[in-house]
Amino acid sequence: MTPQYALEANELIVNRGGRRILDVPSFQATSGEVLAVIGPNGSGKTTLIQCLALLLNPDSGIISYNDHRISGGRSALHQRRRLAVVFQEPLLLRGTVHDNVSLGLRLRGFSHEEITSRVNRWLERFGIAGLANRQAATLSGGEAQRASLARAFALEPDVMFLDEPFAALDAPTRQSLTGELSQVLRETRTTTVMVTHNRNEALALGDRVAVLMEGQIRQTGTPQSVFTYPADEAVAAFVGVENILQGTVIAQNGGVAVVSIAGGRNIDAVSDLVEGQPAAVCLRPEDITLTAYEKNAAWTSARNRLPCRVVGLSPGGAQTRVHLDCGTGLVALITTRSCQELGLIPGKEVTASFKATSVHLIPRR
Amino acid sequence: MELILEGIVQGFWLLVRGDPEVWQVVFLSLAVSVSATAISLCVGVPTGAGLALNRFPGRQVIVSLINTGMGAPPVVVGLIVTIFLWRNGPLGILHLLYTPSAMVIAQCVISLPIIIGFTMATVQQIDSKLRLQIIALGASRAQMVWLLLKETHLPLLAAVMAGFGAVISEVGASMMVGGNIEGQTRVLTTATVMETGKGNFGLAIALGAILMVLVYLVNFFLTYVQQRGRVR
Repeated sequence: MTPQYALEANELIVNRGGRRILDVPSFQATSGEVLAVIGPNGSGKTTLIQCLALLLNPDSGIISYNDHRISGGRSALHQRRRLAVVFQEPLLLRGTVHDNVSLGLRLRGFSHEEITSRVNRWLERFGIAGLANRQAATLSGGEAQRASLARAFALEPDVMFLDEPFAALDAPTRQSLTGELSQVLRETRTTTVMVTHNRNEALALGDRVAVLMEGQIRQTGTPQSVFTYPADEAVAAFVGVENILQGTVIAQNGGVAVVSIAGGRNIDAVSDLVEGQPAAVCLRPEDITLTAYEKNAAWTSARNRLPCRVVGLSPGGAQTRVHLDCGTGLVALITTRSCQELGLIPGKEVTASFKATSVHLIPRR
Repeated sequence: MELILEGIVQGFWLLVRGDPEVWQVVFLSLAVSVSATAISLCVGVPTGAGLALNRFPGRQVIVSLINTGMGAPPVVVGLIVTIFLWRNGPLGILHLLYTPSAMVIAQCVISLPIIIGFTMATVQQIDSKLRLQIIALGASRAQMVWLLLKETHLPLLAAVMAGFGAVISEVGASMMVGGNIEGQTRVLTTATVMETGKGNFGLAIALGAILMVLVYLVNFFLTYVQQRGRVR
């Protein structure tokens, strides 16, 4: 019988200096999936990955691989040899690239032929075959991280752990490596647990996303569901929902809730929350469209149209963040080109439109 | 001035002609100090690595004892070893006093803390993340220690040289436990002390010069390692 989970952890608790820094009642990774654990700095991501990779003993908890519970000592070493970890820094040892990439295999006592064939395959795969005989200390950051990835993949592990593998790289290198890694993961179907504070990496690589905050997993689901339907306001803020407005449902019309927010505005949202329910209105800035203000606005499919005044602009390359005042603060993210076409300047009147399906309501107590 | 000059000339000729007495002393010095360093190395490196990588109750006490040992006066070491090896001392039955073996033991006591201390400092200096990476690569405990030591081979060599430098140049302990017996336990330092006392400056200078060369080589190497570490 194939085990249900490649990796399972239960009642995982880590305390540090009298403070509970990790408290995960249940955590699973299914065979072949890429699970991205996202969370802000200091949320316990690294602690979680180190516990799962058997590098850190939790204060309490049970970790199982393929339904086998791992206890300490030899069984941990035996299991650790079926895992691989890539850290934020490449952490190469003295010697050539080949020495480094072959190290894990040598520690496991593989035959010379097997080592050579695997090392060459993975050096090739990560585009550093030409660097095999270079001293590791002379590599650039990107090359070194490629060597580190090749070293981990050469082990052909049951479960791969990636601890912010690209956080120390410059943007172009990060982008190309993310693409290559994504391809390798799809091809090899390696069960992978990666942690990152970068939402785009999680979206690009994760089959499933878990949000870790203050040592607890707040939400788990497909990237789509977590990014569109965050479970609470903190998760919403972390996954890029910049507009979180407090309001109360004042009507419910067949799956569309009307929410009254500050400034006397009403917002339609697809939601089954009932009348009288206080709710947080979540709206991503990129879901807002801006048009020039007209008293009798032209027909649009968007149910929500709010007249607003531009308060400020934060240009960010191809896209510009527009800060609006519509009785309450609102942030929209539009292309810099349309910003120019609309001639947006502080004080200008515009209409902000967004669909009822773009609005996610989180009920509040 | 004449005295010094004459001494240097005499010393030079003693060395060039290959005076058998001088070379015997040199040979015994090297034999004793190399053995002592080698033994300290075998015991000290694993001990130092163990102390660097483990936390246990009483560790602090042991570490401060080792730090004290790194600066222990050879005379005191000589005294303690002598007491132990004395005819009716705890190890008197071994009849080791006034033999080269006794000198090796005393020099081990001097160099061991130095090698443990250096090893500990070196291993502790290694980025703890690198240690984690080595474990994550599937290293057993022994494999990890081996890889860490390989990673720090130059500073470790420095530890060995420091240990050797300390024992080749010490006189107090060798004098006390060896007794400076001609042809048996006479080494460079004890011979230099004796020849100087007798007024044989030529011989004393020859012995001193050899000692200086040995110590210079050790320090040259230590400096090389230190500077290399800085440039990288």
